[in-house]
Amino acid sequence: MAEQLNTETQAPSKGHEKSFPPFDPTTYSSQLFWLVICFTFLYVVLSKLAIPRIGEVLEERHDRIQRDLDKASKLQEETQNAIASYEEALATARKKANVIADETKAKLNEQIASERSDIEQEITKKAVEAETRIRAAKTQALGEVNKIAAETTQTIVEKLIGAKPSTSDVDSALRN
Amino acid sequence: MAGSSGNFDPIHQFEIQKIYPMEFMGYDISFTNSSLFMVIAVGLICAFLIFSMRGRALVPGRWQNLAELFYEFVANLLRNILGEEGMKFFPLVFTLFLFVLFCNFLGLLPGSFTVTSHLVVTAALALLVMAIVIGYGFYKNGLGFLKLFVPSGVPLPMLVILVPIEVISFLARPVSLSIRLFANMLAGHITLKVFAGFIITLASAGGFLTALSVGPLILGVALTAMEFLVSFLQAFIFATLTCIYLNDAMHPSH
Repeated sequence: MAEQLNTETQAPSKGHEKSFPPFDPTTYSSQLFWLVICFTFLYVVLSKLAIPRIGEVLEERHDRIQRDLDKASKLQEETQNAIASYEEALATARKKANVIADETKAKLNEQIASERSDIEQEITKKAVEAETRIRAAKTQALGEVNKIAAETTQTIVEKLIGAKPSTSDVDSALRN
Repeated sequence: MAGSSGNFDPIHQFEIQKIYPMEFMGYDISFTNSSLFMVIAVGLICAFLIFSMRGRALVPGRWQNLAELFYEFVANLLRNILGEEGMKFFPLVFTLFLFVLFCNFLGLLPGSFTVTSHLVVTAALALLVMAIVIGYGFYKNGLGFLKLFVPSGVPLPMLVILVPIEVISFLARPVSLSIRLFANMLAGHITLKVFAGFIITLASAGGFLTALSVGPLILGVALTAMEFLVSFLQAFIFATLTCIYLNDAMHPSH
């Protein structure tokens, strides 16, 4: 206690051997006064000006990022939908193409069948006509063979016996 | 010895010198070097935060990024300890953190004064925190705030011992909070000054000893780096402990 008193009484008179500055009570009031002023000022400036400003910027950025993410997911959904509708369209087109192909095939088959039957009919008709003609020619040819045979027979007989047999005799003889 | 090498006196840097003497109702409220550095710290913080956020850019530049970094750092601290409802204390904790941080950093400049190396300043800050804790604790929980001193699920005879311990530990909080910051700053600066003094003493000794002065120089550089870490760490610890104490005020039963 005496030592402390000693230092305090000596402090103002001489430059050295002062009390340890942080424990010098004579400076407390001024330090506290300015601390209160500075700290209060800082608190007011920060809470009224700086913090809302930074908070606003951070929130805006957060919102912006959220918005962009939402937009991205919406676009992705749209893409998904577009792909789905494209595939659906593709499927219907394919189905339609199949139907058209089937129809065309059936129509062509029908056409081919009808044309074939037409041609066959014509061919049959022509064949029948040809047969008729052949038969007529055959008959005619046979008739002419008989005539030639009769004439030949008349000539041979005439040469052999000197008398020409009648045509009717030769005919009946040839027919037998 | 002190007279011949007054510049080497490691305590000299903590002296408060009046710049503009003032008095109010018998109290000394002189503008001192301590006040000057408080004003510089506050001015720097305000200039930094307002200048950096001037653009309010969506994609932040360097300064804005730094300001946002501080903001998010303290905001995350509060969210982790106090949860979302603790954000109403954000301005207080942010102010405390930045004030302590800037005062600590400014004190590292050669020839400057460290505001936080005076116990009366750190004690005032700690008492402010405790006053808010007690005030808000009673405002929010009424007498339920006293449950803070009564651990739940403990048999009655044990309480006779535990309650005084809890009360003492609560009362010790402002003491530890203020002395931790004050002592760290004080000790760090004294160490720096002592090592800086060694450099000059050795260098001026001549001959072989001059070459030896490189030793304290290297140590001084390393210590300066460590002091920067300590400055930040102490501001961080102060803010963290403030959050933890505020948490007690919000949820007194443990």
